[in-house]
Amino acid sequence: MIHFPDSRLEGIALSCVRGENLLFDSLDFSVQAGEICQVFGANGAGKTSLLRILCGLALPESGQVLWNGVDIDEQREVFTSSLGYVGHQNGIKGELNPLENLAAIRALTATRDDMDAESALENVGLYGYEDIPCRYLSAGQKRRVALSRLLLTAAQCWILDEPVTALDAQGVADFQKVLENHAKCGGLVLITSHQALTFGSIETRRIEL
Amino acid sequence: MSTTAPPLRSAFVAIVRRDFRLAFYNRSDLVNPLLFFVIVVSLFPFGVGSNPEQLREIAPGVIWVAALLATLLGLDGLFKPDFEDGTLEQLALAPHPLSILVLAKILVHWLLTGIPLIAVTPVIALLLNLDPALLPTLLLSLLIGTPSLSLIGAIGVALTAGIRRGGVLLTLLVLPLYIPVLIFGANLLKTAQFGLDTAGQFYVLAAILMLALVLAPIAAASALRISLN
Repeated sequence: MIHFPDSRLEGIALSCVRGENLLFDSLDFSVQAGEICQVFGANGAGKTSLLRILCGLALPESGQVLWNGVDIDEQREVFTSSLGYVGHQNGIKGELNPLENLAAIRALTATRDDMDAESALENVGLYGYEDIPCRYLSAGQKRRVALSRLLLTAAQCWILDEPVTALDAQGVADFQKVLENHAKCGGLVLITSHQALTFGSIETRRIEL
Repeated sequence: MSTTAPPLRSAFVAIVRRDFRLAFYNRSDLVNPLLFFVIVVSLFPFGVGSNPEQLREIAPGVIWVAALLATLLGLDGLFKPDFEDGTLEQLALAPHPLSILVLAKILVHWLLTGIPLIAVTPVIALLLNLDPALLPTLLLSLLIGTPSLSLIGAIGVALTAGIRRGGVLLTLLVLPLYIPVLIFGANLLKTAQFGLDTAGQFYVLAAILMLALVLAPIAAASALRISLN
């Protein structure tokens, strides 16, 4: 069992403009190690934009994102080594099989020693699908491949955009356990989801957009 | 638990291997630029007339222009698939400089489009009645010139990755930057046809390549971040 150091992700006076619309303005929040933060909001409220800003993929109109008190733009390497991001798109190659996809991830980011690609896939219920090119998998199975990336990386901060879309009931329940376990190890999670998720004893926060 | 990311070298190698494997699955995409190159060059004798002297004279220019356009044609798939399936986001969020990872992709692209063009050039040159003594010079100029084309083109592709129909815009952005390579590449052969020393043009082509090798990946990486924003 790994244990992450104490860390926090903060947003300070964040605002985001998409086209002509102000999506959110002077948004402040803070997520500590061991917490799960759920972002709520109607369609188009800016949930995805917020998560992309927090990753550093998009720039906010104003405000800054701090990782352990330092702006993420000033320590991109430090922040990205502790970041696991699953966005709307799965970020997997349809031509490659799940194992090949995970191998590419392994070479790019810090990974856990106690988990290999096969067991990560087994954990997300893809045992027996390792050799099948991802484009032949169902939408839910592709999503599982994307999520198995999280099990493999040593990232402390998980930023997840609708991770449970297309997952079946059992998949959602299993994934909640994974998130719960990550928080127990001192990880922090920011998540958007239109499905109600429950996390037993874990400290949860809400951001309403 | 290992908290440090793998070294940059292994990330570079992993991208190169992944892109080779993807190219193997999408072989038909690789054939298009090559076929375009062969067709354009082989149509010239029909269009211009089969006067051997005339063909010999226009051969360097025709081969260079065709190679340039074929490279441009092949560039479309450099970042777009990665952009669309989200793997580009993952690259941008890796704890490595994006410019180096982009360089790995450009390298694979050149090995799979530039090298085949150069490989068929000896045969194509026969169609245009190019003096066989000039062939080594032509091949060497293409060997130095086409990587510059891939590198410079990558900037344009990175800028237009998020645009649905970026093809025309890409051409407008990139062609002006291709002109110097074309001028020195084709002029080099002209000079060689007159039996003059071509070292000067070779140095300029090499200088352009060095400049592109250093600056283009950085520019392309910044352009990709803008496209992702």
